[in-house]
Amino acid sequence: MKLLELHKGDRALIKKVDTDEALKTRLASFGVVRGSELTVEACSIGKQTMEILVDGTLIGLRGEEAEKIEVEKL
Amino acid sequence: MDTIKIVLAGQPNVGKSMLINAMSGSNGLKVGNFSGVTVEKTEVCFEHHCHQFEMVDLPGTYSIRGFSKEEKVAYEYLSNEEYDVIINVLDSTHLQRNLLLTLELLKLNKKMVLALNMADEAKKEGIDIDVKQLEKIIGVPVVLVSANTKEGVDELLDKIHDIADSCYRPKSNITYSDAMEEEILDIQKFLDDRGFKIRDLSSREIATRLLFEDKDLYKELRDEPIMIELQPLVLKALQHLYTHHETKNIKEIKYNEYNAIARGIKMEVIKCNRAGSGKNLTKKIDDVLIHKYFGIPIFLFLMWGLFHLIFTIGDIPVEIISRAFSSFGAWMGSHISNEFLRNVIVDGIIAGVGAVLSFLPNIILLYIGIALLETTGYMSRVAFLLDGFFHKFGLHGKSFIPLVTGFGCSVPAYMAARTLKSEKDRLITLFIIGFMSCGARLPIYMLFTSAFIEDKSIAGNVLFVIYISGALLGLVMAKILRVVVFKGEDEPFVMEMPKYRFPSFKLIWHTVYNNAKGYVKKAGSFILLASILVWVLATYPSQKGIEESYIAKIEQTQNMQEKLDLENELNVKKLENSYLGQIGKATEPFFRPLGFDWKMVVALESGLAAKEIVVSTLSILYNGKGDTLANRLRDSIPPASAMAFIVFVMLYLPCLAASMVFAKEAGGYKYLVYLFIFTTATAWIFSFITYKAVELFV
Repeated sequence: MKLLELHKGDRALIKKVDTDEALKTRLASFGVVRGSELTVEACSIGKQTMEILVDGTLIGLRGEEAEKIEVEKL
Repeated sequence: MDTIKIVLAGQPNVGKSMLINAMSGSNGLKVGNFSGVTVEKTEVCFEHHCHQFEMVDLPGTYSIRGFSKEEKVAYEYLSNEEYDVIINVLDSTHLQRNLLLTLELLKLNKKMVLALNMADEAKKEGIDIDVKQLEKIIGVPVVLVSANTKEGVDELLDKIHDIADSCYRPKSNITYSDAMEEEILDIQKFLDDRGFKIRDLSSREIATRLLFEDKDLYKELRDEPIMIELQPLVLKALQHLYTHHETKNIKEIKYNEYNAIARGIKMEVIKCNRAGSGKNLTKKIDDVLIHKYFGIPIFLFLMWGLFHLIFTIGDIPVEIISRAFSSFGAWMGSHISNEFLRNVIVDGIIAGVGAVLSFLPNIILLYIGIALLETTGYMSRVAFLLDGFFHKFGLHGKSFIPLVTGFGCSVPAYMAARTLKSEKDRLITLFIIGFMSCGARLPIYMLFTSAFIEDKSIAGNVLFVIYISGALLGLVMAKILRVVVFKGEDEPFVMEMPKYRFPSFKLIWHTVYNNAKGYVKKAGSFILLASILVWVLATYPSQKGIEESYIAKIEQTQNMQEKLDLENELNVKKLENSYLGQIGKATEPFFRPLGFDWKMVVALESGLAAKEIVVSTLSILYNGKGDTLANRLRDSIPPASAMAFIVFVMLYLPCLAASMVFAKEAGGYKYLVYLFIFTTATAWIFSFITYKAVELFV
């Protein structure tokens, strides 16, 4: 499933990051790579933006980006 | 004296600038709690143990090949410039992520020290770091420091001395995944058997670089005969890695490996990691501040509260200061016998500078508000909340940071826009920063609202509305620019949310103090000169003929009232025929549809140099004895013109200094011409609408 489909409080394992190179680099430097675990901390109205916790770092990202990250719900 | 050149590198918001401030014992560098406070490399020099330390503060970079403009600064410096030691600054509470950059920095093969900053916070959160073990793995000295409490700073300085004097190379003990290690060993063995050497790289290092497809190394190896034998080995190894990592993208493999290493190191060196209190607190605050539905209302409420404070609390000392200046002027006037000197000082300098200085309390409150936003960590949250909304207007959530900075001053705001990666996002943001009313415009708004709004309790609301409508208009203009001029792809929004920090009094004090000092300094230098200039232009050429005829008339009348009227008429005539009057009259037709008289026109034009001068010019032109400037304005300007004037001030070109920075950041003076046309047209149209609307309804 996609990260976008998760809700506040959900935990998941990252399966695949399917974005362009530049964004992949940025996400990787935050620890968002295959095999990392994440928790959804907050969503704004209509999931325009989501806040996730990966390895102790809080990251804000847009719904469009969350749609490109494949996860497995834990 | 020997010079040691030190460069600080690290991810954003790990406290590099604050660490330099702590090491050099000064407060020269700006610090805040969000990514991208430092956008330009800055140098600081100081002496330590008979060495001259030259510190270079680089903008934070998440990875060494970062892609936003300020990250490129860091990359280019690190790989091309000459320096002695790298201090890699890490946030102790986010060790794992920070180590990713460390792993990349190790590849530079330079002398390096790891400074684990925020050690005090880590301790509080129950994070215990095994420094010895970390040193063993990374192969470079590690020091626990805290820029905040200054613990470990001396040790760090000593370590830099030692390392600068020694001839040392980092020797790390990093282990990759089993698959990777297997292949490295294979290639390494082959290289050792052949006794192959290149530069000062170890055979293990060569093997790793070959597998990660290091372009420079391949270039060097191209002409080596060994390549023929090496090639099949590397190919086979890569195949193995592809299957192991389920991808054929070597960069992705590299990220996966690095992340695994960082995770491994964290497990090895962080001994006890009980759930910290700091993280939970951040979570709890976030539950409220970025709440799905309440987040934005809370933000708006906070902004509204700030402007109310600026008006209600800030206005108390304003009255006192402006009365003090007018009595000071009167006192000075009675003590200077030379008429020319008296006029310059009392009607020029004291009136002009005094008017500007009297708004210092409001400015201070505004800066306290901005400093709180910057240092607590709330700024990134607001960017998070507003991104959805901003995105609809073709702006990026991160644009919020330069835009908020713009409420303080446009100059740093233009520079802050560098954190935006996409050139188009950046240009749009640059174009609308001017619509965020800067601190220097605040005095103009204060002056007009206090002059035209009787009820003090709603004056704060009016101020809030002025700021918000400027911002909203900026958004609309951004949309127009996006649709008409800067079409194209959006930049993705991915941004670190820093931990909430309780704002330290010292930090707020320094930010506010520096800004307030800047304001007073400007009033004492630039504004002072401008006031003299405006006064001179308003006084000359002297019109002996008119003056004599009026004086004769005044002497003939017996009626006191008539005498006063004639005197006033004389003053008006003199002003109108002065150089300033001529300039104003010449350009007045352009502004006539907006209901501005020539004095307002001159004030606006002088505001192109600096917005504070609008106030000082008004103060000189609407000269009158005893009464406050606000009262004088109320008596001579119709409300519709006043409203249109505020709108014009809100939207027209920023000051000269800001315009120059804009041209530099946008990439040429032609953009400044565009900005001038864009802002002037917008200002004119909206002020015209305001003028007509107020005339109709009020």
